[in-house]
Amino acid sequence: MQRLSPLLLLLVLLISCNNNSARIEKSGSGTVLSGAGATFPYPYYNIVFRDYMRLNSGLTVNYGAIGSGGGIRSLRDRSVDFGASDAFLNNKEIASMNAEVIHVATCMGSVVMAYTLEGVDSLRLTGPLVADIYLGNIRKWNDPKLRIINPDVLLPDLDITPVYRSDGSGTTYNFSEYLSMVSPEWSNVMGKGKALKWEAGIAAKGNPGVAGIVQQTEGAIGYIGSEYALTLKLPVARLRNRAGKYVDATLETISAAANVELPDDMRATITDSDDPNAYPISLFTWILVYKDQQYSNRTKKEAEALIDMLRYVISDGGQTVAAQINYAPLSAQAIEKTRKLIGEIHYGGEAIGRDER
Amino acid sequence: MEGRQLVGMKDKLFRILLFVAALVILLLAAGIIYALVSRSMEAFGEYGIRGFVANAEWDPRSATEEYGAFSFIVGTLYTAFFALLLCVPFSLAVALFNGEYFRGSKISSFVSSIVDLLAGIPSIVYGLWGFYTVRPIIIEMGVNAQGFGIFLSSVILAIMIIPYASSLSAEFLSMVPNKLKEGAYSLGATRLEVVQHISLPTAASGIVASFILALGRALGETMAVTMLIGNTNRIPQGLRDTGNTMASVIANQFGEADGLKLSALIAIGLLLFVITAIINLIAKMVMKKLARV
Repeated sequence: MQRLSPLLLLLVLLISCNNNSARIEKSGSGTVLSGAGATFPYPYYNIVFRDYMRLNSGLTVNYGAIGSGGGIRSLRDRSVDFGASDAFLNNKEIASMNAEVIHVATCMGSVVMAYTLEGVDSLRLTGPLVADIYLGNIRKWNDPKLRIINPDVLLPDLDITPVYRSDGSGTTYNFSEYLSMVSPEWSNVMGKGKALKWEAGIAAKGNPGVAGIVQQTEGAIGYIGSEYALTLKLPVARLRNRAGKYVDATLETISAAANVELPDDMRATITDSDDPNAYPISLFTWILVYKDQQYSNRTKKEAEALIDMLRYVISDGGQTVAAQINYAPLSAQAIEKTRKLIGEIHYGGEAIGRDER
Repeated sequence: MEGRQLVGMKDKLFRILLFVAALVILLLAAGIIYALVSRSMEAFGEYGIRGFVANAEWDPRSATEEYGAFSFIVGTLYTAFFALLLCVPFSLAVALFNGEYFRGSKISSFVSSIVDLLAGIPSIVYGLWGFYTVRPIIIEMGVNAQGFGIFLSSVILAIMIIPYASSLSAEFLSMVPNKLKEGAYSLGATRLEVVQHISLPTAASGIVASFILALGRALGETMAVTMLIGNTNRIPQGLRDTGNTMASVIANQFGEADGLKLSALIAIGLLLFVITAIINLIAKMVMKKLARV
């Protein structure tokens, strides 16, 4: 044992350095599935994988929240069993994977506009107005443009403090993607990306940082992931959707954004959805797996375990858990299409993904 | 005889141990510098050292990607020097209190232990205190609408560095030879005149050195500043404006960065390392001058 301890120490060190991307070797007793990727669905995956492990003793699912980009890289290096991303792979990325990848939608979320204004408990906004606020074109809360769409609200003569993310973030990406769709000026000046060059406002790190500043600053507005804002019950603005309706961000309106014709491969953008009840800045998050599970020494047992785990995530049980922690559940159509995609997974040509249930 | 040999061997062993420990530290420092330099090469290669240092653009969008450190260098120096300016009167007062007027008394040891306590408070606590307590006061003062910015960060930084500046200054003040002071008293000088013409000039270089060391500490402070400065990536237009420092831009953006952006952030780290090293070197030189006197 004494001779072993330096070795053990080394092992622990190696694992702690690499647990995000490296597949942990089988311990013999059971199957280990490891994944890495997006931070946005991390709280959901944490709980749903834990539940799944309780149901299947001897099986371990590890997930490292290293960001969507890292998740895609890890899957490409084949160092994980599954990757996770808030953005679907574009054609260039798909080509770089050297094998067919399946997008398994797991849950939905949105980006909400949280604000703090004393005496204002209901606020309406439109995408172009949000763009104007972050571009510095609208600087006061009692700007005529804001008053017109909020006729019943007494807006104060107060500076608007827009708050944005100081770190690179998928939330920023989705927010800016939406504004690029609805505001030509935004599209020209700011564009879309995980980090931008901002014109107005102040910045803070992470959802908690933005939420903290918004909550503590009179006249502040900030964009925050719905899963975080809904849990904290922050006051959020109702946004006008494509159909012209002002909608609150609730699990129902977020799920409703997926009530459009979804592509069979589930690589769907549901931002600014056509559905009349949809919240406009809604999004899917995906788990990415290879269609052919026979690669780099993976056993059939592992592949089958992975498929079973994916089925659990999109099952009623998994989706109920999502809703409990304020992730919007997948729409019926999304579940249907995703189930079909999981069914296409095979192991060296042998169909193993077919749903027997 | 055998016993002596054993002692000799132990001595040798101890010396080797010390040597190895020192060597490890040296290697670590060299490793850090090597890592910083090698990984910042991409950014320096892209823009050139001068181009990187003098460029105030920080645009992470992939289409128009461009990185320059200038706005962060300005933000860092701005907050650190303004904090130093704010801390001078307080630190000097505390130093005179502890090192001259009440030297060795109970009240002085009480005050100095309280001030030292300030140095032990974690910077996140300073950040939270600034965020929840000081910021509303700054808004009330009408500095700007949301309180964040250079002014708020400098005020908090000043409080954070007071213990560093004051305890070292007090040390130098108490080292002023009594003979000098007694001579002045015997010539009829008042206490104030002694402080003005004997104590302060004699300890001057030591006091300056302690302030430079405090400045070095202000330059590298990360957490509290990140929480309070507003994190806007452009040159601050004044004390009321928001900005960003070198340390806080690294803390904010390191996580999701890769490629050229990662290299640019490491390059900023290297620049901060160099600036802090220069500041410390200056302090050392000033102190050496004192030792000669």
